[in-house]
Amino acid sequence: MSTAQKPPPDPTTGPPAERHEDQGVDKAQYGLAALLAALGAYTIFDATTLKVGFADPVGPRVFPYLIGSVMVLLAVLLAVATSRGDRGEKEEGEDIDPDAAPDMVTVLKLVGILVFNIVAIDFLGWAITGAILFAGCAWSLGSKTLLRDVLIGAVMSVGSWYFFFSGLDIPLSPGILDGIL
Amino acid sequence: MESLSLLWGGLEAAFTPTNLLYAALGVFLGTFVGVLPGIGPAMAVALLLPVTNGMEPTQAFIMFAGIYYGGMYGGSTTSILLNTPGESASVMTAIEGNKMAKNGRAAQALATAAIGSFVAGTIGTLCVVFFAPAMAKVAVKVGAPSYFAMMLLAVVLVTSVLGSSKLRGYIGLFTGLTIGLVGLDLSTGQPRLDFGNPLLAGRIDVVVVAVGIFALGEALWVAAHLRSRPLTIVPVGQPFMGRDDWSRSWKPWLRGTAIGFPFGAIPAGGAETPTFLSYLLERRLTKNKHEFGHGAIEGVAGPEAANNASAAGTFVPLLALGLPVTATATIMLAAMQGFGIQPGPQLMEDEPDLVWTLLASLLIGNTLLLVLNLPLAPLWARLLRTPRPYLYSGILFFASLGAYTVNQQPFDLFLLLLFGLLGFAIRRFGIPVLPLILGVILGPLMEVKLREALALSDGSLSGLFNEPLAILIYIVIALVLIVPPVLERVHGRGDTPAREREEQMSDS
Repeated sequence: MSTAQKPPPDPTTGPPAERHEDQGVDKAQYGLAALLAALGAYTIFDATTLKVGFADPVGPRVFPYLIGSVMVLLAVLLAVATSRGDRGEKEEGEDIDPDAAPDMVTVLKLVGILVFNIVAIDFLGWAITGAILFAGCAWSLGSKTLLRDVLIGAVMSVGSWYFFFSGLDIPLSPGILDGIL
Repeated sequence: MESLSLLWGGLEAAFTPTNLLYAALGVFLGTFVGVLPGIGPAMAVALLLPVTNGMEPTQAFIMFAGIYYGGMYGGSTTSILLNTPGESASVMTAIEGNKMAKNGRAAQALATAAIGSFVAGTIGTLCVVFFAPAMAKVAVKVGAPSYFAMMLLAVVLVTSVLGSSKLRGYIGLFTGLTIGLVGLDLSTGQPRLDFGNPLLAGRIDVVVVAVGIFALGEALWVAAHLRSRPLTIVPVGQPFMGRDDWSRSWKPWLRGTAIGFPFGAIPAGGAETPTFLSYLLERRLTKNKHEFGHGAIEGVAGPEAANNASAAGTFVPLLALGLPVTATATIMLAAMQGFGIQPGPQLMEDEPDLVWTLLASLLIGNTLLLVLNLPLAPLWARLLRTPRPYLYSGILFFASLGAYTVNQQPFDLFLLLLFGLLGFAIRRFGIPVLPLILGVILGPLMEVKLREALALSDGSLSGLFNEPLAILIYIVIALVLIVPPVLERVHGRGDTPAREREEQMSDS
C-alpha cells in the first residue's frame, strides 16, 4: 500500500489538528487516488475474464463492473478534491501525539519483524517466532530490556501454543521444536 | 408473552455452571482488552475471536456477549481516566467523566457509568427480546428486492450520515466491497480477483481482515505517532455513589436508554448521535447547569446509558435481518458466519434455541459486568499504566496469533500484514473504518440478493422495484442522499470542496 510515500510533515506551522486545510495540498493523496484507480481498473479487467452461465441473467460480472467503475470515479473525485486542498482528518487516539512527525523508521522495523514471522513460522515454529515477534516489536517501540522482553515473549508464545494445542485442539506450527513441545 | 417464556428457556439453557464461567471469562477478557488504551470494542472482539475457535456455537456466543459488553465498558473506563476516548461513542463520556475524575470524583464517574450501562443494557436487551422476533416475522416475508434495498440503505446511512467526509466514506465502502469480491463467485464457482492464488480463491477469512485493519493498522499507526510523554492517569479507588449521585443519575440513565435504543435498532448506525443527543438533553434539563463542563455526573450517566442501549439495539437488525450497523456488530456477524450461522429472519425459525440463549447470555453478561467491574475498577486503572512498548507488542503478538490460528497458513499472516498496512493508510488519509468493514461483510450478501432479485425478473432492472417496501426504501435512500446537501446549501454552511466551489463561483 502507499504508506511509505508520505510527504514530509510540517511541524513548524500553526496550531495542529483542525487546521489541516491551511497546510496546502496533500500530495500523497494523489498516490492514493492512483492506487484506487488501478484497483478499480483491475477489478473491471478481472471481471471481463469471467464466464457467464446460461441460467444466470446477471452473472458474476455485473457486481465487479459496478464496484470497479465506482472505484475509478471515486479516484477521480479524490484527485480533484486533493487539488483543491481537501485533506483527511488523521485519526487520533489515546497514545497518539498529533504534533509529532510520523516515525516511519519504527513502522519499518515492525513491518520487518512481521515479515520475519511470516517467513520463519513454518520452519522455526510459533513458540520461537512468537517470542521473537514480541521481543522484536518491544525493541522497535523503544524497550531497553531485551532479555526480559525475550523471556516474556517466550512465556507468551509457548503458553499460547499449549493453550491452543490442549485447550482448543488446534496444533500451531511446532517447527524445529516438534517433539520437544 | 411468548417471548418471555422463550427468554426464560434461554436463561435456563445459559444458566449452567460451564456457560456462566464462559460468560464471566468473556466479560473479564473483554473488559481487560477494552481497557487497554488504543483498543476499542470492535478491536477487542476481533482480537478475542480466535479464542472461541474450538468451541460449540452456544458457548462461543455466550462468551461473545460477555466480550461485547466488557469491551464497551472497558472503553468508557479508559475515556474517563485518560480523557482521550478510543472511539467516537465515548467522546461524550470523556468530556464530563474526565473532569469528574480530575475533581477527585473518578469513583463516582466509573460507578455511574457501570450502573448506567447495566440499566441501559438490561432494558435494551429486553426490548430486543420483544422487537427482534416481531421484526423477524415480518422480515421472513421480505423478498430479495427489498432485502437488497435494505442493505443498500444501511451502507448509505453508515457511509454518508456518519463521518465528516462523504467522499472518504465512499472510498472506504468501495475498498471494502472490493475486498469482499475476492474469492470464488458463490453461484458459478469462478474465482474473482484471486491473482491466480488458490489460497485467495478460497475467500479471505473475515477475521484476518478485521484483525488486520483494527489491530495491526492501529498498532502501526500508533507506533508512528507514539507520544513520548505518557498521559496522566487519575488514581481511582472503589467505585461508589452517594445519595445525591443516585438521585442525579437515575433519570439520565432512563432518558439515555430511551434515546439510545431506537438509534441502534433502526439501521441508522452508530452510537455517536444518541450519545451526543443525550448529552445535550441532560445539559438542558439539569438543575446544576453550572457544573456542566466541569464534571457533571448527568453528563456521564446519560451518554453512557445511551451508548449501551444503542449497542443492545443493534442486535435487533443483526438478529432479525442479518444487518450489522456498527463495527462491533459487523465482527459479531462475521463470528456467527464463522460458525456456519447466518443471522437473519430464518435464524429465528431454524435455531430459536441458539438465538434465545444468546439473548439470555446478553442479560447475564450485562449483570456479570456490574458484579465484576465495580470491585475490579482499581485493577483496570492500573492496566492503563502498561508500558507502551509492551502494550503494542502484545497487540501485534495476539493479532498474529489470531490470524494464524484461523487456518494455520503463513499466507494468512501475509494477508494480515497487507490489511494492517491498509489500516495504516486509511488512518493516515482519514478514511473511516466502519464503511470499509461493512462493505467486506455486506458486499457478498448484497450481490446474492441482487442476483436473486434480477434472476426472478430475468435480468430486467424492474426486478429491483417490484415490491412496495423496496420502493419505499429507495425513496428513503434518495432523501438521505439529497436532503442534507440541499439543507447545507440553503443554510450556506459547508466546509467541503463544495463550499469552496460556491465561493469561487460567487467571486467570479
